[in-house]
Amino acid sequence: MSMIFGVPVAVLSGQLLIGVINGAFYALLSLGLAVIFGLLKIINFAHGAMYMLGAMVTVIMFDALGVNYWVALFLAPVLVGVFGMLIEYFLLRRITGQDHIYSLLLTFGAALMIQGILTNIYGVSGLRYSIPDLFKGGVNLGFMFLPYYRAWVILVALIVCFGTWFMIEKTKLGAYLRAGTEDAQLMQGFGINVPLLISLTYGFGVMLAAFAGVLAAPIYSVTPVMGSHILIVVFAVVVIGGMGSIGGAIITGVLMGVIEGLTKTFYPPASSAVIFLVMVVVLMFRPAGLFGKEA
Amino acid sequence: MSQGTGREYEQLRISGLHAFYGESHILHGIDLVVNRGELVTLLGRNGAGRSTTLKAIMNMVGRRTGSIMINGEETMSCAPHHIARLGVGYCPEHRGIFSSLNVQENLTLPPVVRSGGMSLEEIYTMFPNLYERRFSQGTKLSGGEQQMLAMARILRTGANMLLLDEITEGLAPVIVEKLGDVLIALKEKGLTIVLVEQNFHFAAPLADRHYVVEHGQIMEEIRADELSAKQSVLNGYLGV
Repeated sequence: MSMIFGVPVAVLSGQLLIGVINGAFYALLSLGLAVIFGLLKIINFAHGAMYMLGAMVTVIMFDALGVNYWVALFLAPVLVGVFGMLIEYFLLRRITGQDHIYSLLLTFGAALMIQGILTNIYGVSGLRYSIPDLFKGGVNLGFMFLPYYRAWVILVALIVCFGTWFMIEKTKLGAYLRAGTEDAQLMQGFGINVPLLISLTYGFGVMLAAFAGVLAAPIYSVTPVMGSHILIVVFAVVVIGGMGSIGGAIITGVLMGVIEGLTKTFYPPASSAVIFLVMVVVLMFRPAGLFGKEA
Repeated sequence: MSQGTGREYEQLRISGLHAFYGESHILHGIDLVVNRGELVTLLGRNGAGRSTTLKAIMNMVGRRTGSIMINGEETMSCAPHHIARLGVGYCPEHRGIFSSLNVQENLTLPPVVRSGGMSLEEIYTMFPNLYERRFSQGTKLSGGEQQMLAMARILRTGANMLLLDEITEGLAPVIVEKLGDVLIALKEKGLTIVLVEQNFHFAAPLADRHYVVEHGQIMEEIRADELSAKQSVLNGYLGV
């Protein structure tokens, strides 16, 4: 068997695949965080909980109502997105313009409550959700085995990321969002319903997280605490990429997944720390992040 | 209130307007009236409360009391985006050109609030520089071009009352002259204009009336035909 740096190619490419998959989730989650931060100027600590809700809702809808994967892929993000908009409308809106610490505490508290309630009901041992029949099995690429579902996750995550980037950078609605990020008050002075735009933006960012949650349900362990684990890494990704940069969030997400995968191959003990190491280095040399604008 | 469309139609009536930023009390009972088609200036020193008056009309200050009627409609409880949709176009002192948008995106950003606004072609005819640079980043334009863009942006929306805050500030004389021509053209179109202006020599030949603002109050109202008679009073207020 061929080797690269003393590691079998199959092992290396397997870890790279896992890295790209993780990276796809980091990208989807940090993208939502970046969109929300851009317009609302809040750091959404409830983002992990929304990701978890996406996965939990998918499993619960299947167990209780037999709702299949394809319907859940659409329905779960919508339900969670609406839930997010309610949080924005009834809670976040009341602390607009206050210090960052308030929104941080509020979203963190909301996340803990959601997580706590679900833990009480479902425990933390993990719920079962099987891969949709269409994606059972995989294909042998010669140097590695590629499960169909993993290929699907990468494909659909890339499409959603690109679609979001396109919408924000190239459309009229995106122009509202970009302009609102710079000066929301003036936008409102032009006749744009900024409070509505803020609700929709928060809902959209939350939908992206829930969408990632649905994608994760068949391959990761679905538990009420799954969001809090990934969120810490995603925050590191956002810091590395630069807060509020859409393209930066996507590229950094995938890149960090790959770096994590590579580290797992060559020096496994460092794999869970490597992203934070990168974060420290980036903060030392580019405090605004790789793609962030210097303040 | 009368809703006539004649010369005396009151487009804006402000009575007893107080405005606050946090604890600071900026406006102390502003009273003024602007009729349809008039060009009215707010003159005064820096910090007199002229810009705040415009912001208060847009509901962009911390807190307001009093009354602001636009087209006979009380607007004190309206959100800023509702005020804009009454046909009010606001051009802020800092111009508010968005750096993440190109010139054309900046130009087409504000939604059309009334019919009868200028088309993109008409705007590009009026401001040929903007056409040439339509794909440049908004903030890469010169100060004069940015001011043209900030003006052009609200002309497209069909707004029929423009609130213009210090549009000539820091601009070269040739640009200021161009802005004067633009204002004359807009006035001929029948637009109502409230102009906050530091440059009295720019404002004097254009305006129908002047309000002198000091300490957040209207101290004097001067019609264009009274200017020469009241010049010394005015000089006293403006400190020239």
